[in-house]
Amino acid sequence: MSEFFHSVTLDRDKCLGCTNCIKRCPTSAIRVQEGKAKILSERCIDCGECIRVCPHHAKIAVCETLDILERYEYTVALPAPSLYAQFNNLEGPGTVVEGLKLLGFDDVFEVAQAAELISDATRKLINSGKAPMPMISCACPTISRLIRIRFPDLIEYMSPLLTPAELAGKLAREKACKETGLPPEKIGVIFITPCPAKAASINMPIGLDKSNIDASIPIKEVYPRLVGLMHRAEDTCDISDSGRAGVRWGSSGGEAHALLSDLYLAADGIENCIKVLNDLEDEKLNYIKFVELNACPGGCVGGVLQVENPFLAKTKIKSLIRYMPPYRNVLHTQEIPDDFRWTYKLEYLPVMQLDTDMEKAFQKMDEIERLIKKFPGLDCGSCGSPSCRSLAEDIVRGYSTEEACVFVLRDEVHQIADSLSRISGIQLGRKKAAEAEDKED
Amino acid sequence: MTLHYIVPGDDFTRAGEASGDLKRKMKKLGFPSDVIRKVSIALYEGEINMVIHAYGGEITAEISSSEIDLTLADTGPGIPDIEKAMQDGYSTATEQVRNLGFGAGMGLPNMKKYTDEFQIESEVGVGTTVRMKVYNHS
Ligand SMILES: Nc1ncnc2c1ncn2[C@@H]1O[C@H](COP(=O)(O)OP(=O)(O)OP(=O)(O)O)[C@@H](O)[C@H]1O
Ligand code: SF4
Ligand code: SF4
Ligand SMILES: [Mg+2]
Repeated sequence: MSEFFHSVTLDRDKCLGCTNCIKRCPTSAIRVQEGKAKILSERCIDCGECIRVCPHHAKIAVCETLDILERYEYTVALPAPSLYAQFNNLEGPGTVVEGLKLLGFDDVFEVAQAAELISDATRKLINSGKAPMPMISCACPTISRLIRIRFPDLIEYMSPLLTPAELAGKLAREKACKETGLPPEKIGVIFITPCPAKAASINMPIGLDKSNIDASIPIKEVYPRLVGLMHRAEDTCDISDSGRAGVRWGSSGGEAHALLSDLYLAADGIENCIKVLNDLEDEKLNYIKFVELNACPGGCVGGVLQVENPFLAKTKIKSLIRYMPPYRNVLHTQEIPDDFRWTYKLEYLPVMQLDTDMEKAFQKMDEIERLIKKFPGLDCGSCGSPSCRSLAEDIVRGYSTEEACVFVLRDEVHQIADSLSRISGIQLGRKKAAEAEDKED
Repeated sequence: MTLHYIVPGDDFTRAGEASGDLKRKMKKLGFPSDVIRKVSIALYEGEINMVIHAYGGEITAEISSSEIDLTLADTGPGIPDIEKAMQDGYSTATEQVRNLGFGAGMGLPNMKKYTDEFQIESEVGVGTTVRMKVYNHS
């Protein structure tokens, strides 16, 4: 496996090199070179913004399909809470749970259940006063990856607890082993994912040696089949094991709400999250206890692998939870179990740094400032880099050349044209002089 | 290298642009994060003061691998009693400014606290100049 695994990839055949995507990438990870987009692997955080904006559908999320069920003797589906928000007039999550079984899964373990346990553990951790405040949620893997490459100071504030999906994967496998007597590897634990970031974090978890989940299938892949099956499951709506608190995690604010404290902040949308992270880094939000950040607009309901309009999905979650019990899962111990925690702390990856040697980095920065003056500052993107500054940086890093800028190129062409006309002017002069001489003779 | 920033005097929502830019550049240069944090907090407080108490001003940041040297100069009203202004909690901020969440009187004390060298000169009716240095210990 390469050092960075990503779900978001380019379909080269579909890419026209139009540069629509390069400016929307929050980590400036996309370049267009030789007419095709290219993702700089070490910078990509699998946020899916480029999938959202590509008019040619050339950016795709690599996940599994339902065929993967064949690979295991026994399978357990892990539905993300936001899956429940995709359907009209849903009486309760139980209908979806039953639908997934009709689809071919042997069992279902709701991520919302694990979410309630994580909320309980987080509450205990905050109340213990032992964790650094404000605590930053790590439920959105895009945010964790962003912090890892851009906000080293904030790593220590990240929640030490697993994401609900990871905890659900662990508990689901334990339950399945017990019930079937099968060895763990014969059991397929499959996450129904709203986004490529969660898919990528299964193949390359940060904080664990190996994910507790075996594969992920996009919500939009299971949705059409599930809709067809759900009417057969209608009478089974009270079999859900989750409550209001867990299901709310599917939309922005739900995770923070479950902490039963008002000293929280919940932001959604990647640009908004970056603003909050900057403020946290500058210690402007010290009085807050918990920070929930969702890279997608509206939270997970806004993930790029969803079907329903995120704002409508938000409303659907609200009406779905109205008659549900507040919660159904609590931690029975005061101590937080060790296996609720990440094995490792995140480690800073300084991929934005110009050079590991600071003196060299200074030289490069000087060179960047010198180069920038040559460019028009229009950030037009024709060069294939997202801005004039990033072109300058790319040149210094050896990825591009000054002539990639159409304005520099135009000036050079003008200069050449000027010299050419000057040369031909000189030649013309010489010719005339020679003719005059001839006449005099 | 030397960086210049103009702080506009009429828009407090733009205060923070200079400290934000310097922070990004210091990360690219590979400064340790605690050095970046000190510089960024001290500079942000300075920017806010220039916007709220003066009519904006100019910032010069001289950065090298050994230290960050910041000069914040404005041609605002000046500070009559610097000793008093440096005290924790002393502020002349108006009610309106306080409602915006500023005016706790902690800006100057924090600037001094987060930097390794701190000097302030001011003349009433002429302006204020703050010089700060943060050493890079790495
Ligand atoms: N650049 C300046 N020009 C004029 N007066 C200033 C300037 N900077 C600070 N002062 C004066 O010094 C006082 C103390 O400044 P300080 O930054 O410590 O507190 P503050 O700005 O009032 O509140 P806070 O920084 O906590 O929001 C200010 O209230 C103001 O009277
Ligand atoms: S938006 Fe990006 S990925 Fe899509 S066609 Fe244009 S250059 Fe290619
Ligand atoms: S997924 Fe996000 S970070 Fe990765 S290339 Fe696309 S926009 Fe950039
Ligand atoms: Mg101040």
